[in-house]
Amino acid sequence: MSPASGRSLHRFANPGRFLRISGRVLPFLAVPALVLTLGGLAWGLFVAPADYQQGDAMRIIYIHVPAAWLASGGYLGLAICALLSFVWRHPLADLAAVEIGPVGAAFTALCLATGSLWGKPMWGAWWVWDARLTSVLVLFFLYLGHIALVRAFDEPERGYRAGAILALIGVVNLPIIKFSVDWWNTLHQPSTITVTGAPSMHVDMLWPLLVCVLGFSLGFAAVVTARLRAAVMERRIRGLLLAQAQGS
Amino acid sequence: MTHLPYVAASYALALVVGAAFAVDAWLRVRRAARRLEAIDPRRNREPRG
Repeated sequence: MSPASGRSLHRFANPGRFLRISGRVLPFLAVPALVLTLGGLAWGLFVAPADYQQGDAMRIIYIHVPAAWLASGGYLGLAICALLSFVWRHPLADLAAVEIGPVGAAFTALCLATGSLWGKPMWGAWWVWDARLTSVLVLFFLYLGHIALVRAFDEPERGYRAGAILALIGVVNLPIIKFSVDWWNTLHQPSTITVTGAPSMHVDMLWPLLVCVLGFSLGFAAVVTARLRAAVMERRIRGLLLAQAQGS
Repeated sequence: MTHLPYVAASYALALVVGAAFAVDAWLRVRRAARRLEAIDPRRNREPRG
């Protein structure tokens, strides 16, 4: 990143400016997220055809895949925040990482739970120690570790540093999750949608899935933005109270 | 519908998790904005929401 782009990064890191911009952006994230998520889920549940082999259990894909995508995407966001914190000392990066953690962990848990609910009728087991499932479970523990670490110190800065180190080390798990179905002979099916190849599902199933992925992603962004707004205001409150206490 | 309990449980779980995080975030923002305005009403009118 050039020095100019680094400067512009910091320009948008100003807490007051962030509150102004995020306040305007938030409705444009939240409303489409709600419409697309509910619309996509209804489309997948009532309109999209059932799978000829898996029957209606395949409809779990409309939750499982967006949750899996956001579990990995959220962790990538966490790692990017860690990098921004380490390299550019971005003032909001640490707060953003703290707020992404619980949301990412929830989506990872949702991915694991819906995977179990899909696995039981299809594989006959709630859980198998398959490479894909195990690597996602490791991701869930990384999220939990990050949540615990950033709150483990009396000095928040030390917690942020420790959390950032874990986030950067843990990012190595993301390609393992992605390629686990190719590198090992797993029970979990290979990727349905890839960047290079044509999707291996019918278009009548693909469209509601894409709508759900977009809706869930906007919802994730909206929740993280709202939590970050709250965190910025809470930090300002602490600062004001401290200043008042020192002044009196 | 085949496998109805599994499908219903998945959808219910997704809706509950999504709603819980959305409501929590909204309440947290509202609480922080009110508290900020109570502490310093002149400087902190804007961030409410």
